[in-house]
Amino acid sequence: MNNQMNPTRSAINRIAIGLAVALLVAACGQSTSTANTASAPGITATEITIGSTQPLTGPAAPGYSEIAPASNAYFQYVNAHGGVFGRKITYKFLDDGYNPTITASATRQLVLQDKVFAIFNSLGTPTHLAVFDYLNTEKVPDLFVASGCNCWNDPSNHPYTFGWQPDYTIEGKILGQYINQSLGGKKVGYFYQDDEFGRDGVKGLDQQITSVASRQTYVPTNTNVAPAIAALQAAGVQVVASFSIPAFTALALLTAARLGYHPTWVVSNVGSDVPTLTGLVTAFSKGAAGGQLLTGIVTDSYGPRVTDASNPWIVLFKRIHDQYISTLPWDGNVLYGMSAAYTFVQAMKAAGQNPTRSGLVHTLETTHLTGGSGLVPFGFSSTSHLGYLGVQVTTIGSDGSVSAIGPVYTSSDSGSINQYSGAPATPPSNGIP
Amino acid sequence: MAVGARGWRSLLTPTLSRHLGLAVGAFILLLLLSSQIGAFDDYNLAAVAIFVIATAGLNLLTGVNGQLSLGHGALMAIGAYSTSLLLHGHHLPLILVLLASLATASLIGAVFGVAAARLRGPYLAGATLALAVGLPQIATRYSHVFGGEEGLTVAPPAVPAWLGADFPPERWIAWIAIAAALVTLVLLGNLLQSSVGRSFKAVRDHEAAAALAGINVARTQVVAFVVSAACAGVAGSLFAYWAGLTAPAGFGVALSLQLVSAIVIGGLGNLSGAVWGSIVLVYVPTLTSGMASSLNLPSAVGNNLPLLIYGAILVIAMLVVPYGIDGALRRLIALARARWAGAASNHKGVVDWDDPAGG
Repeated sequence: MNNQMNPTRSAINRIAIGLAVALLVAACGQSTSTANTASAPGITATEITIGSTQPLTGPAAPGYSEIAPASNAYFQYVNAHGGVFGRKITYKFLDDGYNPTITASATRQLVLQDKVFAIFNSLGTPTHLAVFDYLNTEKVPDLFVASGCNCWNDPSNHPYTFGWQPDYTIEGKILGQYINQSLGGKKVGYFYQDDEFGRDGVKGLDQQITSVASRQTYVPTNTNVAPAIAALQAAGVQVVASFSIPAFTALALLTAARLGYHPTWVVSNVGSDVPTLTGLVTAFSKGAAGGQLLTGIVTDSYGPRVTDASNPWIVLFKRIHDQYISTLPWDGNVLYGMSAAYTFVQAMKAAGQNPTRSGLVHTLETTHLTGGSGLVPFGFSSTSHLGYLGVQVTTIGSDGSVSAIGPVYTSSDSGSINQYSGAPATPPSNGIP
Repeated sequence: MAVGARGWRSLLTPTLSRHLGLAVGAFILLLLLSSQIGAFDDYNLAAVAIFVIATAGLNLLTGVNGQLSLGHGALMAIGAYSTSLLLHGHHLPLILVLLASLATASLIGAVFGVAAARLRGPYLAGATLALAVGLPQIATRYSHVFGGEEGLTVAPPAVPAWLGADFPPERWIAWIAIAAALVTLVLLGNLLQSSVGRSFKAVRDHEAAAALAGINVARTQVVAFVVSAACAGVAGSLFAYWAGLTAPAGFGVALSLQLVSAIVIGGLGNLSGAVWGSIVLVYVPTLTSGMASSLNLPSAVGNNLPLLIYGAILVIAMLVVPYGIDGALRRLIALARARWAGAASNHKGVVDWDDPAGG
């Protein structure tokens, strides 16, 4: 047939086919810009499924077990107000009991069986180290790990993993600077968890503090901290810098009180939430001690203070807390979970209507997200997967209130410490980015 | 110990050929099954196979030889750490790593077995429990070698190219684990049928009588401990590959107790009991966490409910089937057979321990 056609006919045919193809492409293009498609695993026209591993039981459960339900409450709030591009967020969080072996199988369950789009805010340094190689091999976005280990900032080997909270080294540096400036001349000792968490914090402290009288460690599987605290006391330590999880901050405070030892405690943000510590101290001492034990603790913060009822973020998150998870206490863990969930919704909105896994990573590296409720900006770029870049030093008063000491500082793992004067963002009126 | 001068002639006994035939059949069936299911089911299947290796070894020690070990989790840890340390910065063939882990665990098992052979009942339980409690602490104490709390990562075994690029790595580890489990079962099955196996049972049933019959009781107990430790070492090694990480929290006392509960629930003294127990060990927690999350309870209750249900299932199982799943099945078969033969009155519901079919 073709052989018999004259050249003009065949040219017209070609133009017609070309036009048809062009129309088809245009039609397809138009349909993708208006309709939701199943653009990636875990994304359907109506739903985004994400997953997480959390210590709902075990040594890290006190306090931290509230984080995922709080994130979920914020997602439910977003879902009730139209979702993200009309999609509802389904958040599956599994218990790993802070046991890395269980994290390994639970994460595979989320990726292989539940087919989640991304892993969000999985908690813990030893636990998440067990799976972040796997997630990057499988090219699953591994967003906003709930740990301040600087291991998450490794874009060249782990391009799918992003941190969220300030890394412990930055935090240690800023706390160390405070100890030098405001507690100078006193004998300093360390009490820290014997893993990446504690060691990263100490790395930061050591950049500032030149003379350390005693370095004591604990492991989360052994609740007897008495030898460590007694050693600090025996070394005449007056300032204890503590990189500990809440249960072990509480144990350390109680043990010191029992030994009649009253140093100034400088505690990492993750181990210093007032409502959580008060509850733990009361429970561990069977009511013999309470919140008064926290008076004078120096710590730091990268977000609004839980008790600051005038802060618009606190107003927003407290309202969501009261509506969706009123059985949980209103504390720093709940605030943490909601703030991280807010950042996730920000990222999903920025990734566009029909996101892909690699598209989400690209968006985070190239789009400037506001810090949400944070006091400092995020460090996300193609060369850095650091979350919040700094903290503000705070102190706990005798009534449990937290007040700021001095300005907000930002830094990096090895760079200098700089004062940050930018104002934090304000929440949008409907509370959804 | 086992195959002496008269051994080679009797290597191809009916027992061995029957066990080999069963194993090959099971291997083909499981491979077919594994190819039909999803990658996560393969991952669970691998876990079952790995636990079969550990619990079969433990069942040989506890069920057949009568030595209770509450420290088998620690022996698995030795296998797992051997694997992680061998693979740290090296690429070694899997079979070599497995054998090395087996050797390390056997060696430590031999040392511990010599001590264990002098201990009886609660003292043996206490000593092995000490192993389970103490050993993981070594990993945190010498964290520069063992990686401390966060442990040592292990790269998954590379999938051979001939299986294709889309072959899930979970399926490959499942195949490896199934093969290892079947080899273990064949070897243990044959050992149990041999004179060594009979002396294991004789020592369990009556030490004095066994000694009078010319059995070296202490040596038999050490041999049982070494064989059992070797199994735990292989299981630990595969566990490291499976989890991608070896960390002390994964080898706590809970693991040792889980292994013991698995053989008790599955059926003491029988290799098939180890298989049933491993299936319970892997699948019941998934079941209970599903049940708990579907109830929509307050988080303080809901979070702890899976453990509670798991505990309740263990208690109920002990009440309903005291001889384990394996014992219950044998009893059912025996009853059915008896009825078939019209001789049900001979069985008053009593099942002989070693011969439940009532021969």
